[in-house]
Amino acid sequence: MLDRLPREVIAMRVARELKDGDIVNLGLGIPSLCSQYVPEGRTILYHSESGVLNYGPMAEQGEEDDDLINASGQFLEPTPGMSFFHSADAFGMIRGGHIDVTVLGALQVSEKGDLSNWMLPSRGIGNVGGAMDLAVGAKRVIVAMEHKGRHGEPKVVSECSFPLTSPTCVSLIVTDIAVISVEQEGLILRETAPGWRLEDIQNETEPELIPANDLKEIEI
Amino acid sequence: MEKVFSSFDEAVSDIFDGAVIMVSGFGGTGGTAQNLIVALRDHGASNLTIISNTAGLASLMGFGTLPGHSAIDCGILIDNDQVGKLIASYPVSPSPSKINSFESHFREGKIGLELVPQGTLAERIRAGGAGIPAFFTPTGVGTELSEGKEVREFDGRSYIMETALKSDFALVKAHKADTLGNLSYKGTSQNFGAVMVRSSGISIVEVDEIVSPGQIESHLINTPALFVDRIVKR
Repeated sequence: MLDRLPREVIAMRVARELKDGDIVNLGLGIPSLCSQYVPEGRTILYHSESGVLNYGPMAEQGEEDDDLINASGQFLEPTPGMSFFHSADAFGMIRGGHIDVTVLGALQVSEKGDLSNWMLPSRGIGNVGGAMDLAVGAKRVIVAMEHKGRHGEPKVVSECSFPLTSPTCVSLIVTDIAVISVEQEGLILRETAPGWRLEDIQNETEPELIPANDLKEIEI
Repeated sequence: MEKVFSSFDEAVSDIFDGAVIMVSGFGGTGGTAQNLIVALRDHGASNLTIISNTAGLASLMGFGTLPGHSAIDCGILIDNDQVGKLIASYPVSPSPSKINSFESHFREGKIGLELVPQGTLAERIRAGGAGIPAFFTPTGVGTELSEGKEVREFDGRSYIMETALKSDFALVKAHKADTLGNLSYKGTSQNFGAVMVRSSGISIVEVDEIVSPGQIESHLINTPALFVDRIVKR
C-alpha cells in the first residue's frame, strides 16, 4: 500500500508556488494551511473576502475580536500594516485582477481545468460564496485537494459532472499523490508522491496523464 | 433633521409587509445589527425579501462568534416565518447534515432563493446606490448561475449582465456614528453594511457609540452622513 501525503504536506508543496510579493487568497480546508509553510524570505500579503489585506496569524485564545475575522469566520490577530475595506472593494480586488494566486479546494477538476467546488448535486442546494469570483478573477488558480473522493471516486475527471464554478480556470492541481499542471495539450504529471508511479496515479485519475519530461518525486 | 432614535423598536416601526430589506454582516456577529434584527422580529412584518450574504451562519454554528457568546442574525426572521424570499451567496449550512431553517423552509417551498456569487451581490448593491442599473461581470460565465442572462463579449472575453439591487430598508451595524450620520466601522465589520447603506430607501444603523460631529475625525469617516437615515445606540 503506497503512502498518501498528509494535508500539511500538500499545503507545504503549494506554499512553494507562492512568490515574494504575491497577493494571495486562500480558500477553506487544505488551502488555509498554506500560509504556515511559505519558505523564509518571501513576503506574502494575504487577502480575505471578509474585507482585510495583509492578515497574519489567528488570534490567541482570549484575544478574539468579532470585528476581525477571515472568510472562514476565524479570529485574526491585529497585524501592523493590515487594511480593511467593504465587500464591494474586497471583490473589486478579486475580479479586477489584483490577486496573484488563489488556492481553492475542489469537488472535481476537469482535463481542461474546469472547476466544480460549490455544490454537491445530491444536496440540490449549495453555497456559492466567493468561489466563482475567485476562480475568474485571480491571475492563477491552484487547486489543493485529496486526489480521490470519500467513496474512492476520481476527482480529476474528463468532464465535471457537478455544477461548475468556472470553466478553464485551474492551472495547477496539487493532491496527496501528485502535482499536475493543466496545459493546452492536456494534464501534465509533474511530480509524484514518493513511491508512486505514473500508472498508480493514472489508476485514480479519469483523463489521461501526460508524464513530464522531467517527472520527479515531490520535493518539500 | 433628527437621525438619532431612542429605541430599536421605534427605528423599525414603519417596516411594512412585503418590504425588501438589506441586512449587513459577513456571517459572524461583527457587522451584524443584532438589536435591529430582534426589533424587526418582534415587530412582525411578514413576506419580507431579505438581501444578506448568508441566511445566518452565526446563529447556526457560531461562525465568527466570540466563544461563550450567543448570536443573533437574520436566521431568526426566517425561523419566525417572516421571510418570503432570500437573496444571498451563502444560504445554507456548509455541512449537509446540519440543516438551517432556510434550507428546511426552502425544501417545503415556503421561501424563495436567488443565489448570487458574493462579489456579484456586493457589486449589485453598490450599483444600486450609485445610479448604475446594470453591469457586465465575468463571474458566473459558463455556469448555471448565468442561465437566462445576457452575454456580451468585450476584448474577446465573455461577460454576463447583472442588475442593480435596491431595498426599502437596510439594517446595518457600524462602530461609531456622529449625530449627523457619519459612520466609522471596526476591522472587518464594514463588509456588506458599508455598501448597503447606499442603496436602501431608509438606512437604519445600530452603533456602539453616538458622538458629536468632529469626534470622529473627518479622515476616518468611512460612510458620509448622506447615506444614513436613522441611528440607534446599542
